[in-house]
Amino acid sequence: MGWRHRSVIDLDGWTRDEFLFFLDQSRQMENVMDRPVKKVPALRGKMCVNLFFENSTRTRVSFELAEKMLSADVVNWSASGSSTAKGETMRDTAWTLESMGADIVVMRHGAVGAAQYLASKLKRGIVLNAGDGTHAHPTQALLDVYTAWKHYGDLEGRKIALIGDVLHSRVARSDVIAFRTMGCEVVLSGPPTLMPREVEDLGVAYEREPRDAVKGADMVYLLRIQRERQQEGLFPSVDEYHRWWGADEELMKRAKPGALAMHPGPINRGVEIASEVADGHQSVILEQVRSGVATRMALLYLCGGGAR
Amino acid sequence: MAELREKAKLMNAQDLNRVIRRIAHEMVERNKGTDRMILVGIHRRGVYIARRLQKLVEDAEGVKVPCGELDITLYRDDLTTLSEQPIVHSTRMPEDICGKHIFLVDDVIFTGRTVRAALEALVDLGRPQSVQLAVIVDRGHRELPIHADICGRNVPTSKNEVIEVRVEELDGKDEVVICERDA
Repeated sequence: MGWRHRSVIDLDGWTRDEFLFFLDQSRQMENVMDRPVKKVPALRGKMCVNLFFENSTRTRVSFELAEKMLSADVVNWSASGSSTAKGETMRDTAWTLESMGADIVVMRHGAVGAAQYLASKLKRGIVLNAGDGTHAHPTQALLDVYTAWKHYGDLEGRKIALIGDVLHSRVARSDVIAFRTMGCEVVLSGPPTLMPREVEDLGVAYEREPRDAVKGADMVYLLRIQRERQQEGLFPSVDEYHRWWGADEELMKRAKPGALAMHPGPINRGVEIASEVADGHQSVILEQVRSGVATRMALLYLCGGGAR
Repeated sequence: MAELREKAKLMNAQDLNRVIRRIAHEMVERNKGTDRMILVGIHRRGVYIARRLQKLVEDAEGVKVPCGELDITLYRDDLTTLSEQPIVHSTRMPEDICGKHIFLVDDVIFTGRTVRAALEALVDLGRPQSVQLAVIVDRGHRELPIHADICGRNVPTSKNEVIEVRVEELDGKDEVVICERDA
């Protein structure tokens, strides 16, 4: 099948066949990671700019590794030391990057729509969204689906429970789209204060009690709680959050036997996830990290090749 | 894109199988047996031809030579000039290729760029003792100093023509045809 996506801002509109094709390509990329020489020349001569306006370690490093494994030239541009801190507009930044010869721009930004805006200003370069505000985090969803797919094969009819701060989570939004397109049943759970007001508009069920949400689940996905949000009064305390919504062995026992424990990282031990689950035999958190490199390689390869 | 029109049949199923059988014998002869030999088919049709060679060598020598598959998509040097992104297939080696005698197998050799990419891909996987190339058809028009060590048939072609090696496993029949692009 042909690849029709150039810039990837979100996963709206991706078909199931496109996901399946992408997953297969990701698997081939993961094979490259197992080779003695973990580098192929597919993107030799291409320049990738990682433009991070928000702090990130794993997503940026994951993209950087993926770019290097495909032999692209990599420039890391962080907002704090850049000309944007001096007042340059994003449009000017975009044109500057393009003039320097950037072929692929990976961008993370705190504002919803920033990646879309950048893509609209670039004449030639393509944009891969590494997270924009609370809107989307497509590569996280792709690596999540890939990790689950490697375990289960066909995901049709599988159940995933996403637990935690859905309101602020771009990961949750992208995961809902991706797992639903793959035919999964998606259930959200978490404090009502951390749920979007019209949660049903996402096309998924909401269970207030996490113990009910994980019943029969093949995957239990714990969303990260940012400790600073705790001060905003959206839930009483970290301890109480953990007691009610945190994943421990008791909660995992209510899911299907062998259900996967997933987390986008970085984990808050003892908050949304107990160490016994994070380090337990059901945890695939480190597999997700590895999947991140493979899926980002596939995305860079598929979007970065072919005639423009 | 111009349509392809079948111009002539170069080999029927019997001819093709005869050629593959001869290549199998030549491989063993060149290698002085099957010691440290590995067959590596280049995706896609090279993989099926390599598997047949494996069977024929086993029939003749009583030894099952390891057989792998190599995808060269990530090593192409024309990625940005293609209209569509090529699909990456799997690369699998049955064992460590270091110190081994590799027989690369492909259906057609044309410009030599696929073989160049295959050599680069192989080197990334290890350091073989030697690499030799076996193809069903050499159609000429080389752009790089690469030649086949074992060749089923030399078929001089024009650049407007295409050689199609069809295999039962993928195409439903065994044959080799020459096609021409409609102007």
